[in-house]
Amino acid sequence: MTTTTLTWFARHEIRLAWREWLAMMTAGRRGRTRAAIIGLIALAAFLHLPAYAVIGRFADLQAPLDKSSLIVITATIFLAWALMLSQAIESVTRVFYARADLDLIMSSPVALANVFSVRIAAIALSVTAMALLLSTPFVDVLVIGGGVRWFAAYGVVIAIGLSAAAVAIAVTIMLFRSIGPRRTRLVAQILAAIIGAGFVIALQIAAILSYGTLSRFAVLTSDAAAAFAPDTDSIVWWPARAALGDGEALLLLLAGSLVLLGAVMAVFSARFADTAVSVSANATPAHQGFRTRAFRAGSRQQALRRKEFVLLRRDPWLVSQSLMQLLYLVPPALMLWRSYADSSAAIVLITPVIVMAAGQLAGGLAWLTISGEDAADLVATAPLPSSRVIRAKIEVVLIAIGVLFAPLVIALLFASPLQAVVTAAGVIIAAASATAIQLWFRVQARRSQFRRRQTSSRLATFAEAFSSIGWAATAALVLAIPFAALVSGLLTAAIIAATWKISPRRE
Amino acid sequence: MKPDDSALQVRGLTKRFDRLAVDALDLTVRTGEFYALLGPNGAGKTTTLRMVAGLLRPDAGSVSVLGIDALGDPVAAKQVTAWVSDEPMIYDKLCPLEYLEFVAGLWGIEPSVSEPSARDLLASLGLEPHLHERCEGFSKGMRQKVALAGALVHNPRLIILDEPLTGLDAVSARHVKGLLGERVQAGCTVIMTTHILEVAERMADRIGVIASGRLIAEGTLAELRQQNGRNDTSLEDMFIALVDTEAAAA
Repeated sequence: MTTTTLTWFARHEIRLAWREWLAMMTAGRRGRTRAAIIGLIALAAFLHLPAYAVIGRFADLQAPLDKSSLIVITATIFLAWALMLSQAIESVTRVFYARADLDLIMSSPVALANVFSVRIAAIALSVTAMALLLSTPFVDVLVIGGGVRWFAAYGVVIAIGLSAAAVAIAVTIMLFRSIGPRRTRLVAQILAAIIGAGFVIALQIAAILSYGTLSRFAVLTSDAAAAFAPDTDSIVWWPARAALGDGEALLLLLAGSLVLLGAVMAVFSARFADTAVSVSANATPAHQGFRTRAFRAGSRQQALRRKEFVLLRRDPWLVSQSLMQLLYLVPPALMLWRSYADSSAAIVLITPVIVMAAGQLAGGLAWLTISGEDAADLVATAPLPSSRVIRAKIEVVLIAIGVLFAPLVIALLFASPLQAVVTAAGVIIAAASATAIQLWFRVQARRSQFRRRQTSSRLATFAEAFSSIGWAATAALVLAIPFAALVSGLLTAAIIAATWKISPRRE
Repeated sequence: MKPDDSALQVRGLTKRFDRLAVDALDLTVRTGEFYALLGPNGAGKTTTLRMVAGLLRPDAGSVSVLGIDALGDPVAAKQVTAWVSDEPMIYDKLCPLEYLEFVAGLWGIEPSVSEPSARDLLASLGLEPHLHERCEGFSKGMRQKVALAGALVHNPRLIILDEPLTGLDAVSARHVKGLLGERVQAGCTVIMTTHILEVAERMADRIGVIASGRLIAEGTLAELRQQNGRNDTSLEDMFIALVDTEAAAA
């Protein structure tokens, strides 16, 4: 394969990545490109405000730093790296399973190791580009507040993007080798979800167990963390020092990342082809059940509900998504458990977390049951009114939410009956609101499109998020400042009413 | 033909998308008949059948299924109708037996009736070794057979099939044709669109040809030959001549 061909293939890969990203931004509709670009610029400009609130106070940091500052910066960089790793694992599995060009590439007269080296580089490039895009508001704030030395932070973002992509590729291919292509897809998705949230949650759990607070900074800035941390000249602090403008550390970091990516390309490019072949060969797994149970009697709605529950239970992607949602419930659940011992006032904080999680989970479940109907024609030609079909599907969402959240509310009942009642009401209202939004904006889709559900209607996505946040805030305020809760509740109800007003299906 | 002898009676059926898809169509299919609806791509066959099955609301016209006003009482019409599309829509995470259990449940069929029927259907379609395998690993032909078994498990009196043989191998196609033939023998009515003219030629009692949303020819094979003025011509030749004439007239 000549260099020209490689360059051509690299261009092809970048074009595919760009179009996939554009389709995600524009929900696959042409003519929206300009609106998407304007929207992105506006969002990037807006993100400078929260970026300033989060990171603005660190702009004046100067080297040499004390251990606590180094720990906080390093932990933040590690969190960003974990999120990039999560995204990179997603990208790698997508390339293996979703790209329809593997047959074409592998039947073409080119050296596969070279082609897949380019593909690995393209994955690294797209992960890094996305990271640069998201980090821009934060780096801007640091540059404006602390000077041009903070431009070095972009170098750190590039380094961690490249290394995250390299590790993701190595992890995914090793998963293929050890557990086979069939399980890798599920395990990789769950791994991506856990890595994305795991670090923050682990810090929260540590903070709750040690300090009785949900704040992860309590752990990072503690004397215990400083005592366990290595000396300030350790290699561990290179990323933090590089971000602060230490040129030597930055160069070493970039070089290390490039070497790591190069090594992964050299070792795994050839195996990439083998792995792709085994995915194609195993594209149709035969999942053998052992059921000999007789057909069950029941109403038509019962048949619908049973089917929905079976599909939810057997959906690996949903399992990973639900796991992600439930992971966020671990810290508040832990805090609840601790509160029995010390009657901490901080227990009030768990109500909004539970309400928010219920709203988000209900939105996802509602999309799967209402919009994600794989046999839409069958259900539409069945002899029962569509209102009964919808009702059965809504019941499934509410039952699932009830089963998942009832134990937490019951546990809360023993700690604070009033808070339990408020939390239960919040969960019901948030779940009902998210379900209603999905109902008003329903579109026929396949369940496998769940990943892209946010792109089908940006309005529904934002409305769902605002509704969950609004009801979570309202529930917290009912317990803390009841009058403010009235205002917050009315505002959230107004958002939902406005969403209904502009929705395509007002029912 | 007596008025109550029709399984399907369509009058003035009209549907417009960007252009007129179905143009004031009149169509009658008799009870116990195998009716093949032919037409070039975009002629309006699928749109017509989707309106009959209750999947699309017509802009104008009426649809009567076995004497039931399908637009006025769609639930009653759906109770006696089955629809199979060219793209089998089944659930990847269910196995064939579970899928048929779900369909029978939707149509309110007693398990004591539906379970033996489901097992027989799947066996007759060669799916017995795969009863407990999830459909996600099935080929398109196997998925189409599962969808067909689902359509038949509730014993419909009118079966509407849109290109049911697409993607099926010769053996599977023979299974499907055999099963449909048996249903017609038992008094069921079958309406099928197909691009495989040989199937229409061999199986259909009557054939309708649709172009630009209108029925341009209808009858038995012999009647169509008579209308075309050539007794020795094939259905393929007649079809192409009819469509060409229609296109020239348009």
